[in-house]
This record gives sequence, C-alpha cells and structure tokens, in this order.
Amino acid sequence: MTHSIIVHTTLNSQEIEFLCEPRQSLLEVLREGLGLTGAKQACNNGNCGACSVILDGVLVNACLVLAVEVEGKSITTIEGIGGPGGLHPLQEEFLKQAALQCGICTPGFIVAAKVLLDQNSRPSEIEVRRWLAGNLCRCTGYDKIVRAVLAAAERMAETPLEVQA
Amino acid sequence: MSDKQTPIKDFQVIGTSPLRPDAVDKVTGRALFGDDVRLPGMLYGVVLRSPHSHARILSIDTRKAEALPGVFGAVTAADLPSFTDAGAYQRYQAENALANQKALYYGHPVAAVAAINPHIAQEALGLIDVTYEILPVILDVRQAMAEDAPILLDDLRTHEAGSRSDHSSNVASHEQTSCGDLELGFSQAAFIVEREFHTSTVHQGYIEPQNATAQAHEDGQITIWCSTQGAFGVRDQVAEILRVPVSHIRVIPMEIGGGFGGKNNVYLEPLAALLSRKCAHRPVKMIMGYDEVLAATGPTSASYIKVKIGAAADGRLIAAQAVLCYAAGAYPGSPVTSGMDCIFAPYKIPHVQIDGYDVVVNKPRTASYRAPGGTNANFAGEVVIDELCEKLGMDPLEFRLLNGVQTGDRKADGMPLPVIGFHEVIQAAQQTPQLSAPLEGPYRGRGVACGYWGNYGGTSSASASVNADGAISLVEGSVDLGSGRVAIAMQLAEAMELPYQDIQTVVGDTATVGYTEGTYGSRATFATGWAVYELAQSLKGQLCERAALLWDVEPDQVGYGKGAFTNRVSAESMSLRALASHMDETGGPVVASASVHPSKEGPAFGVHIADVEVDPETGKVSVLRYTAVQDVGKAIHPIYVEGQIQGGVAQGIGWGMNEEYVYDEQGRLLNASLLDYRLPTSLDLPMIETVLVEVPNPGHPYGVRGVGEMPIVPPPAALANAIYRAVGVRMQILPMSPPRILEALWEKERN
Repeated sequence: MTHSIIVHTTLNSQEIEFLCEPRQSLLEVLREGLGLTGAKQACNNGNCGACSVILDGVLVNACLVLAVEVEGKSITTIEGIGGPGGLHPLQEEFLKQAALQCGICTPGFIVAAKVLLDQNSRPSEIEVRRWLAGNLCRCTGYDKIVRAVLAAAERMAETPLEVQA
Repeated sequence: MSDKQTPIKDFQVIGTSPLRPDAVDKVTGRALFGDDVRLPGMLYGVVLRSPHSHARILSIDTRKAEALPGVFGAVTAADLPSFTDAGAYQRYQAENALANQKALYYGHPVAAVAAINPHIAQEALGLIDVTYEILPVILDVRQAMAEDAPILLDDLRTHEAGSRSDHSSNVASHEQTSCGDLELGFSQAAFIVEREFHTSTVHQGYIEPQNATAQAHEDGQITIWCSTQGAFGVRDQVAEILRVPVSHIRVIPMEIGGGFGGKNNVYLEPLAALLSRKCAHRPVKMIMGYDEVLAATGPTSASYIKVKIGAAADGRLIAAQAVLCYAAGAYPGSPVTSGMDCIFAPYKIPHVQIDGYDVVVNKPRTASYRAPGGTNANFAGEVVIDELCEKLGMDPLEFRLLNGVQTGDRKADGMPLPVIGFHEVIQAAQQTPQLSAPLEGPYRGRGVACGYWGNYGGTSSASASVNADGAISLVEGSVDLGSGRVAIAMQLAEAMELPYQDIQTVVGDTATVGYTEGTYGSRATFATGWAVYELAQSLKGQLCERAALLWDVEPDQVGYGKGAFTNRVSAESMSLRALASHMDETGGPVVASASVHPSKEGPAFGVHIADVEVDPETGKVSVLRYTAVQDVGKAIHPIYVEGQIQGGVAQGIGWGMNEEYVYDEQGRLLNASLLDYRLPTSLDLPMIETVLVEVPNPGHPYGVRGVGEMPIVPPPAALANAIYRAVGVRMQILPMSPPRILEALWEKERN
C-alpha cells in the first residue's frame, strides 16, 4: 500500500485539500475521489482531450497530470464553467448549434474552447480547428462544434461575459 | 400497430429544432455515462488479455494474484458454466468473453481480477501465470480461405446452399444472390470493367471506452449499469453467457459515449457480474483502456471484393457480378450479407450474381459498424461504376439518372423496393452549389458516389402517463446515441398535439419499459417513434372517455385537437391541462404503453460529392469541400439529421483516408492508440454541407425513414473517384493513405 499525500489546491474557485496516492492522476482524483465526473476518462493517455481541464490558465489533459502536481495551483473543470446567468455562451451555443451528439467529448471541447477564447477572442475557423485538434469527436464531424465556438466568440465580443445579466 | 398511415403534411412539432432533454446535462458535465457510476463498496476490475493472436491455453494460475493484498478475486473461463450442450453461437459468445482453451486474437480476454482500486488490480494481472502453446496465425481473409490454411475453430463447417460441409474450414458460410443470366448479360455488354479491391480492418472509434458495473445479489439477481446501444441486448447476452434466466438480470443503460454498432455486443458486462459474484457480492466496475478497445472490441471486417460490371453502348447497365470475402474476426458473423445487399442496390441491372463469404481470421470478433458491410461493398461497386462512366463518356449523375432504381424496381434478391427517393436525391445533387462551383488548380479533382442502406424496423416499446399538470411523462426503450430521445419525444408531442415542452422523456431500463431492440439499423426514431404514436392514440382515447364522464356524454361525442377536448353536444371546450387535474375523480391515472414491430422501414439513398487536392510529393489528400445529399423521409429534428449525416461522412472519410489496423506478422496490433489509429481531427475535415431531401416513407405515420447509417457508405468511393480525377490513379485499396497514394503515383509513372 502506497502512502497518501495531502494536496492543497483551488478547484473551481474553492480552496480544497484532498488525499491521494502519488501514482494517481488528476483525472482519477477528480472522478473517483472528488466526485467531479464531468472530465471524462476515455483514452487515458492524452490522445483524445475528453478530460480537458484548465490548470493555472493552461489547457491540460487531466489524465496526464499527476494529482500531486496541482499542489498550490488552480484548477477549473467543466463543472466550474458558466456565466453569471447560468450557462457560459459556449455552452449555450453548443446547445443552439447542435454541436453535440453523444456528449462524451462535449465537456472537453467546451473547456478547450474556453481557453482558446480567453487567449484569442475572435479566432478564425482555421484557428479554431487548429486549437481543437487535440480534442476528438466521433459523432459530429466537427462542423457544428466549430460553428458553435465561432458563434460564441461573436456573441462574447458583442456582450462580454462580465457585463452579461 | 396501425395498418396504414397517410403522412401528415402540416406539422406543429416535427421539423422544428427544440432543445434535447439531455443536452443541458451534457454541456455542463452532469450527464452520467457508464464510467460515472459509483457505488458503495465498489471494486475495480481489469482484464488479462492474450499477448498472442493464436495460441492454445495450457494452464492459468491466478493464486498469486488473488493473494495480493487488496485483491478480492479473479475469474477465468473455468468460472463460466459448461456449454457442452449449447449451440455454437452461444459457446462462441462465452468464449469471446473469456477464452477457453484457445486464444484466437491479440487481446482475447483470458482472466479478470477485481481489487479495491484499479492500480492494485493492474498489479495483480502481472501475477497471473498463463502458459501458451503458440499456433500459426492467419490474418488475411483470402489466406484463411485456402484449403491448407491453419484452422481457427475445429468445429466450424461451411454453410453453403442450405447444407453443411463435412470438414473443418475457416469459411463459415457462402451465400449467393442472383437474377437473370449472367453469361448472356456480359455477352451483350459493350463495355465491361472488372477490378479487385481490398479494405482494411477499421474500428467504430467511439470516444468512450466500453465499461460496465455489475452487482450480483445474494438471491441470484444481477444488476448491470453500462454503456450500451441496447439494454435488452446486454441482458440477453449476459443471460446466455452466465446461463441464467433473463428475468434475473436488470440492465440499466447509462448515457452512451458513442456506439456506431460497436456497443451492441457485451465484453465487460459478464466479467463484472462474475467478479461481483466471486468477490463477496461487492459491486465491480470495469472500464477498458483504449488499447483494449482497439485490440479486442469492434472492429468491422477487412475485405477482399471482386467486381465486374457491364453496360450497353447507350449506357444502360446489363450485367454485374461480385464476390465479397469478409473477415469475421475470430468467430463467424461478418456483415457480408449486408454488403451483398448494398453492392448493386442503387442500380437496375437485369443479370446479377453476388457471392459472399464469411471467413474467420485471428482478429477480434467483428461487431456492427454503421451500415455494417455497406461501405466496403459500395467502395468497390462505385469505383467500378465511375470507371464505366468514364468509358461511356457519360456524366456520373446522368448515368445514375439513367440506371438508378425507382420505387417498385426489384433488387437482385427479387425484393421490390418500396417508395424511395433516389432520383430526387440525384436531381438535388445536380443542383448543389458545390457541383456548380468551378474546381481549378493542379492535382485537384471532384468525385461523386451514391449509396444505399436498407435500414431496419424491429421491436420497440414505450409507456407514458399523464401528469396532473397535463404534461406527459414518457419512458421510451431506445438508448439515445445522440438525437433519438428528442426525435421520439417530438413524435409523441406531435401525436398528442401538445407543445414539445409538455413531454418529459427518459430512457427506460429492462425493468421499466417493454422489450426494445438496440439502437441499430437506423431504427430508433423510426420504430420507437411509431411506438409513441401508437401510445398517443391510446392516451387520447382514454382522455376522451374521461372528458365524456365529466360532461356526461358518450366518448364518441368528445373531440380532441390541439391540446383541448370539445363536447360535440354542448360545444363546450376543456384543455388537456384542465382535464388532467380531474384524473382522480374520473377513475385514476391515465397511462398507456405500446409495443410495435414495424417492418416498412424504407431504404435510404444518398449522393455524395467530394473535392480533393492531392499532394504529389507526399501523397497526402486534402478534402477541400464535401456535400452529402440524402433522402431522409421526414426530418423530425432537422439540425440533428444534418448532424447524423455530417458524422457519418466524417467516419467515412476516416475509413477512406487514414484509418486501419496495423498488425505485425504475429498478429499483434501495432497501432492500438487513438493517436496511432488516427481518427480524423478537426484539422482533417472541411465543413460538411448537407442537403435533406424529404420523400416520406409511407410505412411510417410521419414519413420517417432511417438516416444515421447511410452517410458512411459513399465517402470512400466519392474520395477515390475524386482522387482519380485529381491525379489519374484508380485506388483499389482502403485506406487511401499517403504511402498508398504515392505507390499508385509511382506505379503510374513507371507505366
């Protein structure tokens, strides 16, 4: 039995501490330990992006981060994404544009797209495609996902998130 | 089930695009998929898999693994019941779940272990001793068919023309379909094209790996939570493998992260149940790594297909012959008969012969994959048709208008086609913006291909109850693979003449809804939609009786329309909402259920147009533009119909351009990761334009015909035909990956 370690971190704006084994990935701790199952276990080796989370502003695959690495850092998961009125414009546009089918990749895409829009508020189609190439979707052919991200960017440019009701 | 329905023209709900019942949960991460199940005392199970693709298992010793602290138990084929008195299919099912005596493919499950966490379970796998005697490996379908080929299944005999051969063979069956006189037909042809094709093993590629959580109860009952396309199918298969009555098993389908045919079969479900039984009845959760998904689930058949087609000088097709050899994987059951059904289906051809062989090889047992068998066959057929068009000097779409099937034409198997919209689709394709846009520049080409898929009806059930506020709670039996639940709920709203928001929908499990076949064969919106139409008639009838009671008139003196009842005697009116608050005083709750087995599913036809650019230096093919035109019958939720088509096209492009299983000579899968298997990414695809043609299916109350599968059928052929126009090489192998394109270009240069 390996010895567990206490990790202090900020998860979706809440300061928390959790106990984990050194060999556990952040994904395993989020899902099995902390009950946040929005980040999905799919390939579990960084190929698919279904477990995308934001670590100190950087888009990462939670399956490739050891849980002990998040000591003192800040994590945002899909559960922490949303606007003051409820859904984030990306989430609303995913609904409107039918940018999901089975939905297993959807949290990862929304988290990844949020990091893109945080860095580049008006990306072109090719910039969106390039950024999202680390997230795999097998249902949609990406068409409606790309459109949703572009539409969300346009809406957010018109009405920035912080001034939305 | 009603006998005959006339499609209704003016819809209130059908054709709109409301929010899916599950959509908010899916964009917020709240939706619970199979691996999101967490139960008190839950253990984690993992599978030991064969590192050899063909080997006799001489011994398995799990004692050291079971002694590891934290391990609760291990299972092998010895924990399965005896199948000596069972049929071959049932035995193969069990042997695929846990290898018995022989491992038949790389990744074949040999044992499974449950422990308090997945890490300890993984450690325990390393402590299991298995001794193997390695046997010769057969991966290629034609090598497996050779007389002197090593035999995979000693008891397998070839089924042919209603009889069974007397010696062991890797050929499980040989089927033939024919009409007319082939020799006469070819003797009349002015142009004949004959080609051979090879397609590689490809995987469904759903993002969510197979998973299952099972709780074996002390009284013999078993509860299973899993990601599946059909809860009842899981129940039936687990019952067969564990040899327990179906009623002892309850299967709760969680949200499913993609299936595409690959999640009809069970893999982990029986192992989790066995482990739970053996591990003090604690629940056991299992999830595959993606390497396991690729090595040991799915895939669909690699194939060898030979096609010969002849046309008269005026362009009319006269004769066609095909031989299809499909690799079934380790156990019989490739989709070769569907390939036979598809290969010449779009065309009127008087003289046809089609032979199909189902052949076992040392690869995982194949599972359905979206229009199973259709894409391989259509690639071969449509590339030959394109070459014939070139020889005839005919425009490919004009050729299809001349030869394309219409309502009432007979297929090669003699079955007449019901109402179909193939010609409407071809005409719509001629009007697409892509076809009129110029395609200029070197190494660029435009290809077209059409496709057919027969679709399927099958058994579906649903039940519903009227709430006190007038809303309807619906429990439907079809697992929702991405848009079915909303399309089914919309049909209930339409039939009840209520707003969509008044329908609350959940997917049932095997204990809460009547038997429903899995979500396959493009059947859920069609068949389960029909079930809710039927139950709406029952609900409306019962509600009219309740209104009659309140008004003290005969039920036939009550009319219903647009959410309100009318007293035909007094001309009074009462909304459904108002009536719903009177249920208690008029006889209690109003509930209805319906089970249907509709069979007039209505085939789907499509035409796809692809523009490509080939890089002659690297062999890389870029898809510049793509349009898919399809007869969808009636689009219930149009934006998701588009989505289904776009998704099918994307998979078809992946199949055509990149995806393949790469094995070494010993049959070890070399590219068992998503990165190496290489699904298309957002950078590999253009926007995918869709044109929805609506030729209503008279075999459905709302004109629905299946949509989801057909779109994967044409892409490889459309791309091959585009590549030919770009660089002048006829590709006869899938995938058309850069090395293969380069080889073909060099070959062309040499000649």
